[in-house]
Amino acid sequence: MIWQIDLAVLILVLICAVGALAVKDLMGAAILFGAYSFLMCILWAVMGAVDVAFTEASVGAGVSTVFFVAAVFRTSRRSKD
Amino acid sequence: MEEYIPLFLTKYNYWVYITLMMIGLWAMIAKNNLVKKIVGMNIFQTAIILFYVSIGAKYGATIPILQHGSGHGHEAAVHAADYINPLPHVLMLTAIVVSVATLGVALALVIKIHQRHRTLEEDEILEQLRES
Repeated sequence: MIWQIDLAVLILVLICAVGALAVKDLMGAAILFGAYSFLMCILWAVMGAVDVAFTEASVGAGVSTVFFVAAVFRTSRRSKD
Repeated sequence: MEEYIPLFLTKYNYWVYITLMMIGLWAMIAKNNLVKKIVGMNIFQTAIILFYVSIGAKYGATIPILQHGSGHGHEAAVHAADYINPLPHVLMLTAIVVSVATLGVALALVIKIHQRHRTLEEDEILEQLRES
């Protein structure tokens, strides 16, 4: 485990989490959540959990983002907060 | 007070995990939009998974695959300090799959709510329920 990469990616993860919750456009929130999942995948690869990183990259980042985009297309795109 | 500063700095990852967890909990409670609540739920789940995986990580260790085949006698012994603990990885693999399943059910419920109420904001839905 390399702590410099770990700390840098942790800060980016925090920024992506706050951004996904703060942005008013729900499509933007879905894309920022996909970026959050991919950064989480890097974090697990740094920690040596390659199997968890693999599953998160395919299932967490891929399928979750597709679900969010499909749900936002079928409902409304605007959000008040 | 000064003896606590190394404790804060060396355990920096735990502080970030707790911050992520509290961000997710705050979004689930305080956000008004239903999709934002689901994003908060997923952030909460991934923060907990991150905490569990980081318990098994070790400095100076490699991924949990045996580097040499089975030797004889003294060489056959495996030093546990050379390998990362794989037990939290296996448990959290299940948790990731379950989190995607809950996400699918939650988004299906959101689509049904939008079909009935034509909005995703919680206060407007409550107002419509109160009027009817």
